[in-house]
Amino acid sequence: MPRTILEPRFQVEYLSILDSDGNLDTSLEPDLSADELRRLYRGMLLGRRLDERMIRLQRQGRIGTFAPIKGQEASQVGAVVTLRPSDWMVPSFRETAAMLWRGWPIEKLLLFFAGYLEGGQPAPGQNDLPVTIPVATQLPHAVGLAYAAQYRGDDAVVMAFCGDGATSEGDFHEALNFAGVWHVPAVFVVQNNQWAISVPLKKQTHARTLAQKALAYGLPGLQVDGNDVLAVYAACREAVARARAGDGPTLIECVTYRLGMHTTADDPTKYRAAEEVEAWERKDPLTRFVTYLQKKSLLDEGVTEAVDAEIAAAVQRFEAFGAADPLTMFDHAYAARPAHLEAQRTALAERLSNGGPAPTGDTVEPASPPMRGQRTSRR
Amino acid sequence: MARLNLVKALNLALLQEMERDEDVLVMGEDVGVDGGVFRVTEDLHRKFGSKRVIDSPLAEAAIIGAGVGMALYGLKPVCEIQFSGFAFQCFHQIENHAARYRMRSQGRFGVSMVIRMPYGGGVRALEHHSESEEQFYAHIPGLKMVIPSGPRNARALLVSAIRDPDPVIFFEHKGLYHAAKEDVPDEIETLPIGRAQVVREGGDLTLIAYGGMLRLAREAAETLAEEDGAQADVIDLLTISPLDRATLVASVQKTGRVVVVHEAPRSFGPGAEIAASIMDGAFLSLEAPVARVTSWDVPFPGFAREKASVPDLARVLAAARETLAF
Repeated sequence: MPRTILEPRFQVEYLSILDSDGNLDTSLEPDLSADELRRLYRGMLLGRRLDERMIRLQRQGRIGTFAPIKGQEASQVGAVVTLRPSDWMVPSFRETAAMLWRGWPIEKLLLFFAGYLEGGQPAPGQNDLPVTIPVATQLPHAVGLAYAAQYRGDDAVVMAFCGDGATSEGDFHEALNFAGVWHVPAVFVVQNNQWAISVPLKKQTHARTLAQKALAYGLPGLQVDGNDVLAVYAACREAVARARAGDGPTLIECVTYRLGMHTTADDPTKYRAAEEVEAWERKDPLTRFVTYLQKKSLLDEGVTEAVDAEIAAAVQRFEAFGAADPLTMFDHAYAARPAHLEAQRTALAERLSNGGPAPTGDTVEPASPPMRGQRTSRR
Repeated sequence: MARLNLVKALNLALLQEMERDEDVLVMGEDVGVDGGVFRVTEDLHRKFGSKRVIDSPLAEAAIIGAGVGMALYGLKPVCEIQFSGFAFQCFHQIENHAARYRMRSQGRFGVSMVIRMPYGGGVRALEHHSESEEQFYAHIPGLKMVIPSGPRNARALLVSAIRDPDPVIFFEHKGLYHAAKEDVPDEIETLPIGRAQVVREGGDLTLIAYGGMLRLAREAAETLAEEDGAQADVIDLLTISPLDRATLVASVQKTGRVVVVHEAPRSFGPGAEIAASIMDGAFLSLEAPVARVTSWDVPFPGFAREKASVPDLARVLAAARETLAF
């Protein structure tokens, strides 16, 4: 018997519309209004400026460890802008710009990274999950949400984020497989920022692309220039429309770069060359979009100042947030407090009222423990 | 009223809850067309279709992870893990997420889901098909851990678990599936989660057991009454966590002597928490150390040696007599 070809050799598309030199493929340019373009820029800029501010807040000990997003603004904002507010967004832990776009108040994000669970509470009716820290484990939740939406007959789409490292986790593969079999309205956005802490992509996978991993599960996979907000937007808009039409899930790999550290507890100079970072700085998603907007005369005066003022006002609200009441830790372990938690709460309440330690919320530790896999060295 | 074994009683609970509430779904490996490897979900697929009785791909983490997502949306998934020995492949989804979303979201989301698993030995099965791992789940804040001991309470507890706003781990002892039948009423019954039952009363000794070990505790109590003239309280825990400490303490305040029986290995097992809780609540009533009869602290020894590890009547009686004579 001869060997036979069961399927044609696969191909993975790569989409780029606005390259790092500002060259534009006008045939692919999405039809976005002037206001939409301005909002896109503002969303990316807010992500960038807040990120920079958060690093200073962390260094001052006013918030704890967090995962900066610098360089990934386009692959976040370009993706979530294609969702309706009633759609669902499932973040990992490096989606600050996406979360801002989805309506998370800045002060809530700050509270979250200052150790207050209040910061992870979505507003009533807000269809966003809170930050998920264990890598890739949020992806099956997205599949379940999408299944539930389909089951109820709602036309909601679920967009889930993960990084390149997540594509090595079992939950990534299980989620894609379930999504394919169940044909759910989900869009998986992989922010391939080239580094999973200190491990580069070439040690993460032997595959040529991450997008092609979708093909094994019978779903479309597309690679886009993740620093090109127009390309991310175009790809996600198509995927979201496909999901909403009942045509199943899509995987989109955004090729981007983490210009900063993995988290504020990380020192990337230990594992990667300055030249590499400089090369990617020349592909900065904001720089090329600024050029694009300038050509269209859409770059407003004072937008940076307005964004900074918004951040400053939010930082003030964050700092005005009261001390954490320790007793509320017993409120949400269960829907109703079981007897043993009632007893433990009473014990703590008595201790606090008898001159025990003061509520700890007003004394944020100057240096907080590292996130997963981090060295403990601090600056 | 019908005479049902545990399998049929659980099936009745699922059927009636699915008829009552369209949000209730069943998901797992082989739960659909096949009706589950132990037939607990038999015929549900035919009645409710493949969208509500889902034959999932073979992947425990995604079964529980997708279940979490469904629950976050407001559905009530009842997920089956085929054997509790395979649940370590979804343990992270249970511990990291099912148990925590309510806390993490500060009450915005709850995970109202049931995770059913057959557990326990004595059925001449291979490794990973015979273990008792309730202690892992009982230790996790945010979870509830339920283990029925017979058809009637299994049916009522499963209904309660499905209606519970929090995630419930529901263990079903394989040795009980086709054991005794009981009268199970046609109308839906519930039992409160977090409440133990005193199933036999006596003033000399407290025997505490649950699930597959309850029968042993009852037999021991009858033997002690006949041969030793000693009368034992027998407590069926039904819920491992949250533990009904009040019922345990009240009994020990009366008897002063306690034997805890469980099939899980001893060290750091439920017996340790039970003993500590009794010391907290009834220390001055104790006349003897709290005795534990458990499996030995070894990995599953294979079913050719299983009977030497899982508690049997002789070991329960010996522990009870030592405790009574202390």
